[in-house]
Amino acid sequence: MTLSHVLMLASALFCVGVYGLLTRRQAIAILLSVELMANAANLVFIAMSRFRGGVTGQVFALFSLAITVAEVAVGLALVILLYRSHADTRVDLASELKQ
Amino acid sequence: MMKSIAFGAIAAVMLATGLMVVSSKNLVRAALWLGAMLLGTAVLYAIMDASFLASVQVLLYVGGVITLMIFGVMITRKHEGLEVPAETMRPSRAMAVSALLFLALAAAVDKTEGLEQELLPAPPTTADLGRAFLVEHVLAFEVLSVLLLGTIVGAIVLARRRDLGAAVGLFPATPPMPTGSVAPTDEEPGSKVAA
Repeated sequence: MTLSHVLMLASALFCVGVYGLLTRRQAIAILLSVELMANAANLVFIAMSRFRGGVTGQVFALFSLAITVAEVAVGLALVILLYRSHADTRVDLASELKQ
Repeated sequence: MMKSIAFGAIAAVMLATGLMVVSSKNLVRAALWLGAMLLGTAVLYAIMDASFLASVQVLLYVGGVITLMIFGVMITRKHEGLEVPAETMRPSRAMAVSALLFLALAAAVDKTEGLEQELLPAPPTTADLGRAFLVEHVLAFEVLSVLLLGTIVGAIVLARRRDLGAAVGLFPATPPMPTGSVAPTDEEPGSKVAA
């Protein structure tokens, strides 16, 4: 278990999240993919703190955790709003600004 | 040695559950797979001696975010029962994009010098973390609490307004207006001609 192994795992998880972000149509499924990507980034912060020394990486990871939770709250509020206005949560239906 | 074996097992579990999150046909199942993935991450944090972050991960993510997500899935659906089908689109192109991104990241990790080091002997303790949080980074900590408050108020305001889309004039109000009705104008019928 070296730092490069953890970085490889985080990259793979991030790319899985990118794949989900690009293929999913439901807004909530997109939020799940974004969570996956944020989690991979957190993993890098903590691995850096553990392998390079210093506590700043963990402080950063805690801040990023809190911000991700805030993002989920706002994201879900937007999903509920989308459902109320379109009776569906598929993101490609919300294209009013294109017209 | 023990840690390497545990890391390998946890990495395999995290990748498998992550793939299930993006490929599951049922949104409720996808959210539950994400919960499993986040639990695996918490175990990995514990392996890397970040015990406080591991417990926060379980409390906040597995306890809070997954519950919220499942509530969100349940609220925004039309069908009865647990089946909430998830649609996907253009998987081949997305697969190419993410595979290319992974190759680029892996090449960057491979080319960088000095990443082959093993674990440091002394991990930072929770006491160190608390001191860093409340002494060095206390301003950022307070700003973060204001951000959280603002987010909660904003989320409530967004989700409460039943006619926000109509209020800002972007979306038709729910239920949609009948097509025959025209919005009343305060112009006189002949004012355009006079101007």
